[in-house]
Amino acid sequence: MNNNRREMVDGAAAIARGALDAGCDFYAGYPITPASGILTHMLRELPKVGGIGLQGEDEISSIGHCIGAATSGATVFTASSGPGLSLYSENIGLAIMMEIPLVITISQRLGPSTGAATASAQGDIQFMRWCNSGGYPVIVLSPTNIPESYHLTKRAFKLAKRFRSPVFIATDKETVMTTESVAETEMIDAPDWPEIPDEPVGKPLDPYQVNGTIHHYTGSSHTEEGHITKDPDIIAVFNERLKNKIESRVDEISLVKPDLDIGAETLVLSYGVTARSMEAAVAQLRSSGEKVSALTVFSLWPIPEKKILDCLKGIKRIIIPEMNHGQYRHEIQRLTNSDIDLVGVNRVDTFLITPEEIMEAYHG
Amino acid sequence: MAEPVLDTYIAEENLPYEFCPGCSHGKVLGALSDSLKQQGLDPTEVVIVTDIGCVGLSDKYFVTHAFHGLHGRAITYASGIKMQNPALKVVVLIGDGGCGIGGHHLLNAARMNTDVAVLVFNNFNFGMTGGQHSVTTPMDSITPTTSLGSTDAPMDIAGTAKVNGGGFIARSTAFDKDLPDMIAKAMNHDGFSLIDIWELCTAYYVVRNDFGRKEMMGYMDSMNMESGLLQETDRPSFQTSYKHIQTQAGEQKPMSGLVLETKFSSDLDKPIRIVLAGAAGQKVVSAGNLLASAATLSGLWTSRRADFPITIQTGFSVAEVVISPEPVLYSGIMKPDVAVLIAPEGKAKIARLTKAMEETDTVYYADGLGDADSDATQLPLNFPDSAKKELRKNISVLAAGYLTKQLSLFPFEALKEAVRQIQKPKIAEINLGVLAHFED
Repeated sequence: MNNNRREMVDGAAAIARGALDAGCDFYAGYPITPASGILTHMLRELPKVGGIGLQGEDEISSIGHCIGAATSGATVFTASSGPGLSLYSENIGLAIMMEIPLVITISQRLGPSTGAATASAQGDIQFMRWCNSGGYPVIVLSPTNIPESYHLTKRAFKLAKRFRSPVFIATDKETVMTTESVAETEMIDAPDWPEIPDEPVGKPLDPYQVNGTIHHYTGSSHTEEGHITKDPDIIAVFNERLKNKIESRVDEISLVKPDLDIGAETLVLSYGVTARSMEAAVAQLRSSGEKVSALTVFSLWPIPEKKILDCLKGIKRIIIPEMNHGQYRHEIQRLTNSDIDLVGVNRVDTFLITPEEIMEAYHG
Repeated sequence: MAEPVLDTYIAEENLPYEFCPGCSHGKVLGALSDSLKQQGLDPTEVVIVTDIGCVGLSDKYFVTHAFHGLHGRAITYASGIKMQNPALKVVVLIGDGGCGIGGHHLLNAARMNTDVAVLVFNNFNFGMTGGQHSVTTPMDSITPTTSLGSTDAPMDIAGTAKVNGGGFIARSTAFDKDLPDMIAKAMNHDGFSLIDIWELCTAYYVVRNDFGRKEMMGYMDSMNMESGLLQETDRPSFQTSYKHIQTQAGEQKPMSGLVLETKFSSDLDKPIRIVLAGAAGQKVVSAGNLLASAATLSGLWTSRRADFPITIQTGFSVAEVVISPEPVLYSGIMKPDVAVLIAPEGKAKIARLTKAMEETDTVYYADGLGDADSDATQLPLNFPDSAKKELRKNISVLAAGYLTKQLSLFPFEALKEAVRQIQKPKIAEINLGVLAHFED
């Protein structure tokens, strides 16, 4: 491979290519900046390979089409931003209840509501986790750059199939809409991440088929055979299983990138596009003789608790830059003891967090 | 009539129906079972998609495949099921309530002509939740939510589907003997089909409004909502149309990335942040792409952001380019090293950035834009005289050429190579002509 070959590419193209390479054959979505690029790519590319791509009349119908198509055997995908996630929400609950493998990209923009259209943000981290009635767990992955957008999208499809669950790719306007030069090898070579097993947790989804087994899919509480039930014992077992199938396998889903400096007392922890400012800040701090560790979290939900705790040896302070009011900091607070100081670096003013701001927080 | 496969498609072990005494729902489910029998369908060929409400209890009474989703969304699931597996016959059972909350889906499925059959169990109120008024409740009706009489005009469900292009549209009642035939016709129509089936809700609407079968038929007449087949067209279904799209698209090449191979070199030793600020129509973003591509061809790393209003061909157009000897981590620009003011709209848009610039930074400005509120060194874009005639149409590529010459970030030849590699031949020819002014 020639190291002098660089691709000019944005996150929208990387995510679309990741989905196509993962075998996605059905996409339905509704236009919204900063996710429309993904819609355009998918609608143009899918019919070329015999798949189906369509624009629904809204986000509700788009995700509804996806769920229906999945029960007929499609590998489905949709993408939107925060306002669209609001409209997806009821059907995300349905997908959890029906155990539908469903990949959803949320390209975050600054809210609330229409907000500052269109500026980058990371304000939907908790919304993705908690957008379903009942608060059942989902999986959320967050790429920091364009090659990771491609590889994590592929991984999201594997996770969706294995867990028969909605899996989010939490990205943002900056990553999706900025064109960058990227080493071609980074787009092609698979990162050194643990493999996701192919076999589903529990029963595989057996789609509707002529001459196949009769299936009932329902959003109501049901038996493992799909028949509606009001039996409290069956409901309890079923709901516990929905929760545990993900939460008991956190270690398998967990994906982080530690960059630890032995003897460091400060850890900077970040995710998404902000992790890049963290990387720049940490490099500058180290070049001026500081000892500082960094941790990038790719799997935001379920929280990779063990992997985070593994990085806290000798740490007295954690700096958490994120483009919201501290949504992930509160989760880290829950994990750590009171001897560790938590410092947020937060922006909700349309600008990315700069490496300088992180360095300022470091110097306190 | 096809060879029967089953005598009934009703899961008899689940009978009796849990509907209220006198409710019409059981009659319509029986008609559907008779219709499936008449069509000789294998139960695995059929997916029954139920909405929410009393009609949502129906899926468990059938031995076919079934899907029970969210209120008003049944048609969206049904469309997805059919699109992915056209061999399945997909029937939607939905109430007047579902047609209200999901009206948008109903009329758009009719427009798309997606090949599903929708049976509307229209009993003029929300039966499951206590008889509240729905979109089809007749004017002046008494319901728990219209205690002094409803004042909204009732929605004509069949009429709505009809005017929005649905392929097969009929109105019927639960008492019609030909309902199984009508259902079979709807299911066999290649495209969107809907039967608006009028019914009696004996628990609520009938008793509160003295609305029996006779009154229902009288109401139908008074509203000029005739029964029977209302529309049948041979417009291609979504499934048929999309097959053509797949065939045409199949001849096109799949998407591929734009890969640039390093051909030139650069002495740049630290990142430089450049903002081009112009107006719509000046090809500002395209000039930003040229700078980023030329830098990439010279072994540098780049990011390029574009900012423009939601309207096009009016207002500002800004390109932010970061060029660096190392891969770009932070792609934002709080303070440019170089700003180029090409039009007043762009100048106004980036006023915050130019204000943040320092003496060691440079603002290059087009004619008349030389008074930015900034500590930066401000220099005119001093294009070659021969280039003046290009200003109106090609000022941005001129600016890219000028910057390349002034800043010496990469060889001028790299900019020309970028033009050749990333632009369409016709545009490239024009731009190479523009850049030639710097080489005279």
